[in-house]
Amino acid sequence: MKILNLAKQAILVPAGIQDADIEKIMARLLTSSVDAADIYFQSSHSESWVMEGGIIKEGSHSIEQGAGVRAVSGEKTGFAYSDRIELPVLLEAANNVRAIGRQGQEAQIGLIHAANTVQYYPVANPLKSLGEQQKIDLLRQVDTQTRKLDHRIEEVIISLSGVHETILVANQDGSLAGDIRPLVRMNVSVIVVENGRREQGSMGGGGRSDYNYFVELNRGLEYGREAVRQALVNLEAQEAPAGNMTVVLGSGWPGILLHEAIGHGLEGDFNRKGTSAFSGRVGERVASDLCTVVDDGTIPGRRGSLSIDDEGTPTENTVLIENGILKGYMQDKLNARLMGVKSTGNGRRESYASLPMPRMTNTYMLAGKYNPEEIIKSVKKGLYAKNFAGGQVDITSGKFVFSASEAYLIEDGKITRPVKGATLIGNGPDVLTKVSMVGTDLELDSGVGSCGKEGQSVPVGVGQPTLKIDGITVGGTSV
Amino acid sequence: MQNQQEVNRLKDIVQNLLDEAKQQGATAAEAGLSQENGLSVSVRLGDVETIEHHCSQGLGITVYFGQRKGSASTTDLSVESIKETVSAACSIARYTSEDEYAGLPEKALLATSFPDLDVNHPWAITADEAIALAIECEDAARHYDAEITNSEGASVNTHQGIHVLGNSLGFLHGSLSTRHSLSCSVLAQRGESMQRDYWYTVARNANNLEAAVEVGQKAAQRTLRRLEGRSLSTRQCPVLYSAEIASGLLSSFIGAISGGNLYRKSSFLLDALDTQVFPGFVHIHEQPHLIGASGSSAYDSEGVATHTRDLVTDGILRSYVLGTYSARKLGLHSTGNAGGVRNLTIDPGVLDFDGLLKQMDTGLLVTELMGQGVNILTGDYSRGAAGFWVEKGQIQYPVEEITIAGNLKDMLRNIVAVGNDVDYRGNVRTGSILVERMSIAGQ
Ligand SMILES: [Zn+2]
Repeated sequence: MKILNLAKQAILVPAGIQDADIEKIMARLLTSSVDAADIYFQSSHSESWVMEGGIIKEGSHSIEQGAGVRAVSGEKTGFAYSDRIELPVLLEAANNVRAIGRQGQEAQIGLIHAANTVQYYPVANPLKSLGEQQKIDLLRQVDTQTRKLDHRIEEVIISLSGVHETILVANQDGSLAGDIRPLVRMNVSVIVVENGRREQGSMGGGGRSDYNYFVELNRGLEYGREAVRQALVNLEAQEAPAGNMTVVLGSGWPGILLHEAIGHGLEGDFNRKGTSAFSGRVGERVASDLCTVVDDGTIPGRRGSLSIDDEGTPTENTVLIENGILKGYMQDKLNARLMGVKSTGNGRRESYASLPMPRMTNTYMLAGKYNPEEIIKSVKKGLYAKNFAGGQVDITSGKFVFSASEAYLIEDGKITRPVKGATLIGNGPDVLTKVSMVGTDLELDSGVGSCGKEGQSVPVGVGQPTLKIDGITVGGTSV
Repeated sequence: MQNQQEVNRLKDIVQNLLDEAKQQGATAAEAGLSQENGLSVSVRLGDVETIEHHCSQGLGITVYFGQRKGSASTTDLSVESIKETVSAACSIARYTSEDEYAGLPEKALLATSFPDLDVNHPWAITADEAIALAIECEDAARHYDAEITNSEGASVNTHQGIHVLGNSLGFLHGSLSTRHSLSCSVLAQRGESMQRDYWYTVARNANNLEAAVEVGQKAAQRTLRRLEGRSLSTRQCPVLYSAEIASGLLSSFIGAISGGNLYRKSSFLLDALDTQVFPGFVHIHEQPHLIGASGSSAYDSEGVATHTRDLVTDGILRSYVLGTYSARKLGLHSTGNAGGVRNLTIDPGVLDFDGLLKQMDTGLLVTELMGQGVNILTGDYSRGAAGFWVEKGQIQYPVEEITIAGNLKDMLRNIVAVGNDVDYRGNVRTGSILVERMSIAGQ
């Protein structure tokens, strides 16, 4: 069956909402002269399991559903939502939001089903992909195997979660689009202790797939192995250096550099408003010519991928920076219209209860020509940052930070000893101009990213090959 | 009163949930329900940007079958949905393990008196009035100085929530609370330097909000003073955390004495009870029954009565921050802190902000922190920062693109002074905090 029909079956049929009802709500919205309007329906089932102290400690199940109604006139947006998907409630919501536009003509609209779009993930419910007992067995197996890896392991905490989300979005042109989005995630964190020193390590992954993802290739066990490896490295780690130095970033998750340093600054809303350090710079050089960066929502099964965004626009592979030149921004419908371009399929929202805005999907840098070993070898003295925790950016000043969770000193072209607690801080618009070598080893992260913007969290992906940056401030304690 | 009727209606739903859980075989259960209504408007460059009408609800239940536990939640409050939610929780409890520490709080610890803490003051403001107020605020910022060149806008938010909590020990209580805020964020430009900053005011009662013009002017002042910031050379020096960000230091401390981190042994303050954690002049207490304050509540998220109490006296740690589960894991009793601390206060010292600058003499005033570089297990601390370089007690120039680093254990012990310039807006109330020495990394 078509995705759209499945989505209607999941949301509208149980609520007793017909196509004619959606037409009625839309007509109500369009009685004002608005430039755009949409009705967004969402139904989301999720669960999570936690194993800790060798027992299955917690399990929870959650159902979230509702609808949001939006009308846009010029730069003005009216918005209301409800947890109740009922015609009178949604008509009332439409009454509330249409006040944003000037009084206008009564409009008639006819609902048209949007054309089939490419699907980048399966529609089946991931929560049902394993039986309850199989989920428990998977957690127990990862726990037992992980604990066996080293005698210094004191605690292992494993979480497993899944979401099955269905959305429907009706636009003012009458088009109705739907999507069914699975998302699974597993995480293993360990605490190790040696001679009274305690450290932690953590590794996880997932994507728009089902729980078998963690069984295949023994991924669950690999997360455990990697968490233990990182924790043991931390046991050896000494104080990080402080100051400006050459930094080599590892492949994969360190791509949050791109997300923080330039990604947010290239979101359409900030650029329309002129509040980003990148505003008005399309066509200018913002990175060394080794750098090509894209935002790609179309990679099958990735955590940040979407078949259509939350405004019904199919996602794309959008070139943000090509050979160092800024090519364009990521857009939702509102900002695209106001800037006179088209949406790039980046209109996303946390849920029906919040407004969409331009958000990233999977943001990564394309591979270059250097061997990762060659890159390390070229550094006389510097830092090799292999893995990171989170980051943050001030899009106006361009300043961004991100914190290394695994880093080493590079001395005379060799990785020598591990260091801890290093935070990197830089300036978004010039950090990529200092990229002097790009590796061949492009890798995407394992599927753990969540991005927060204006209080809304959405799953994202990042990636990059090994990179060398000539000069960035490293904030250790060793001065 | 219409509100009280609604509270009673929601209490009935929670009681139904608890009854349904018993019906389905649970030996104990706890359920919560919340309903929120609100209005948010934002304006930008003198015109409306968004008008949002908020209306949300949700319920959650945790059931126990002996020592096994399961939870479920939903946004659908219909009768069928309640049945399904309870059975989802019950079915999960079939798969979780026996956990000897799991269960409801001890009945004797549950709150039995519910003083009026004056936290419910609905704001009868229309969307048009809210827009006018936001425009007044943004105008004050935009017209403050010619270097204020752009705006992210101003917003007015008003929310009222009803929260009902019940458990199978007979606890069932509903409370109403409100929260209103006004905020403004503008940009300033001078040459190549572009900066943005903001200010906000928040209160339970709209009468206690700062005036719109004041909020706008503060936003403008805070933005302007950041223009032409530069980095510092790498060094060690004293660091003064301004009051509005000093609460973060205390929050890290609270994280380290919280039950979850303690029983997992992932805290830099393991076994620190009755030891010197701060210098002797530091006193920290919790005041959950403060009238009209942001964190005020008679009970915690498990229904356990909250108490006014000392956490630190004379710099010595006197108590942990515990909910029922973590308390049992540690062989202790809940301190009424499920869901966190409420109105945490560090006693202000005698110096005002200028006095603190003078005491620091030469060092870094930090007004903004970025990133998550705080490790509660080890105490390792390294965060991006912006602020001002201070010499001879006078602010010299704005500073950005630097990090400040240290270890929290040392940082807390090396606090030199706490100011009397207390920021009362949040749940953690503190003046500016001067730390003797930290590592600064820059150019
Ligand atoms: Zn982000």
